[in-house]
Amino acid sequence: MALDQETLEQLLSTVRRFVSQRLMPLEAQVDEEDRIPPTVVSEMRELGLFGLTIPQAYGGLGLNTEEECRVIMEIGLTSPAFRSVFGTNNGIGSQGIVMDGTEEQKNHYLPLLASGDVIGSFALTEPDVGSDSGAVKTKAVKEGDHYVLNGTKRYTTNASSAQLFTVFARTDASEPGARGVSAFLVDANTPGIVLSEPYKKMGQKGAHVCDVTFDDCRVPQANIIGGPDRLNKGFETAMKTLDRGRIHIAALSVGCARRLIDTSVTYAVERKQFGKPIAEFQLLQGMIADSQAECYAAECMVIDAARRRDAGLPATMQASCCKLFATEMVGKVADRAVQIHGGAGYMEEYAVSRFYRDVRLFRIYEGTSQIQQSIIARNLIRAAR
Amino acid sequence: MKVLVPIKRVVDYNVKVRPKSDGSDADLANLKMSINPFCEIAVEEAVRLREKGAVTEIVAVSIGMQQSQEQLRTALALGADRAILISTDLAVEPLAIAKCLKALMDSEKPDIVLLGKQAIDGDNNQTGQMLGAFTGYAQGTFASELTLEDGRAVVKREVDGGLQTVSLELPAIVTSDLRLNEPRYASLPNIMKAKRKPLDTMTPEELGVDVSPRTQLINVRLPAERVAGIIVEDVATLVDKLKNEAKVIS
Repeated sequence: MALDQETLEQLLSTVRRFVSQRLMPLEAQVDEEDRIPPTVVSEMRELGLFGLTIPQAYGGLGLNTEEECRVIMEIGLTSPAFRSVFGTNNGIGSQGIVMDGTEEQKNHYLPLLASGDVIGSFALTEPDVGSDSGAVKTKAVKEGDHYVLNGTKRYTTNASSAQLFTVFARTDASEPGARGVSAFLVDANTPGIVLSEPYKKMGQKGAHVCDVTFDDCRVPQANIIGGPDRLNKGFETAMKTLDRGRIHIAALSVGCARRLIDTSVTYAVERKQFGKPIAEFQLLQGMIADSQAECYAAECMVIDAARRRDAGLPATMQASCCKLFATEMVGKVADRAVQIHGGAGYMEEYAVSRFYRDVRLFRIYEGTSQIQQSIIARNLIRAAR
Repeated sequence: MKVLVPIKRVVDYNVKVRPKSDGSDADLANLKMSINPFCEIAVEEAVRLREKGAVTEIVAVSIGMQQSQEQLRTALALGADRAILISTDLAVEPLAIAKCLKALMDSEKPDIVLLGKQAIDGDNNQTGQMLGAFTGYAQGTFASELTLEDGRAVVKREVDGGLQTVSLELPAIVTSDLRLNEPRYASLPNIMKAKRKPLDTMTPEELGVDVSPRTQLINVRLPAERVAGIIVEDVATLVDKLKNEAKVIS
């Protein structure tokens, strides 16, 4: 059920305050140390950020897509690494259970994910399986009432802090495509799970990704998301979580763009060249105006797509449009922000330089821009045939 | 033990307020409004006392326009159990507020009234003291520490030149200073639950209080803009300028 305006506004202003008072002052430290202070993670738990999208019946806030997007736009005003802490619990790490889980799985896992006591991690990508995500090679072989998992998952976000993995593995060896894949809920303590060292990334320092290897990992068949009845339907589950996830990333991009614009305008008003603030030069004004117009366009797209989804209308193509446009938009906005800052924008001590690195990822994960283009075009072409 | 926490809706402390062009008042149109920071500290303190088991019920009250409900919801989200809005469209002054609170206390019978030492809009710093006078209860103003022991409230007060500790017989009036605590963020689930907590509305008339203003606002204007200073060559020049230009010493 949608929130009333007053409650939503109060929710947003609380998040806004938390972001500006607690998170923003830590940005440089987190980037430098590649670590988010545990006290801040506890504060995020207390605030309820881990359960934004988990239904109220299971201890979450049960926000609809539009409300979630509005919260995430506020979160986007600070380093995306902070969002990453609770991002998987609200998205790919929990939504599979919300959408397709058995009642038992929901009752067991969702309250733990909503409170943040358990961090969920989504293990789909593999060394040879990126955008072609249906070609999963990790195997799950049935032995009695268990499945034995073998394989390696790559670039797994939050793997090192996760207690729960959603692992996609091939349960039907005779089917090479997406139809032979099942989704398993795997406890991180299961013997046979080995984590690699975290990768050294271009940006989003403080958020960690690593490889996860499953070496004869025994998982009860009851841990297939949706139970044994949903054997070989794991890819379907993965795809269902994606619409919402893509709108979420688009909303995050809007938040980051707002921050970049705000920082650039503040800088342009203060910085003087040729005897006047650089904000008075029209070529600079052009950059600022383009950034704002594009950011606003993305915001409108996000809200529209979110509303469509909340109304139960088809939104896959719209979600892809949002992800494509908003993530490309924030890339351009970040580039202009660095340009407006001139030499200073290239220095690490300025936030725009950090954001420039951070937002680069948005065009890649949860479906690259090119995958979004394919989805959009495919939808249109299919309709024309 | 019951605590009554009066709170006020004010312009958010981050907002830069400007006078209306005709100077008749501050221009508050479309500005972000929040709970007065000192009131928020008072709510937080009440919640902490309840967490320690010293307090069983927290009632938040606000006197003002209908929109003050938003700030009462904030107090409920922070942990107040129920809220009362004494609704009026008139600009209420500390005297009227204190009278309303006195009338409300006759029925609510709180053991402690915990309120902000002042509101950041009017900066009057009067309501708590006036309420003390109306009720005849002990008062501990500018509290930087509050403990309840043996049926008394021990208040560490921030006074000129240091800290003063007073022990108050209950019921008592306590006003919070800035250092009493650092308020928590209302958790998002609690913000949503706040909507389901009771919020009653009454009017000053029902309490038998006339809240019509006793003072008249004549003019609001910005302070004179500061001009740039200069660096003087030596002390003698400084003394000369202080004497003859600024005329602050003779």
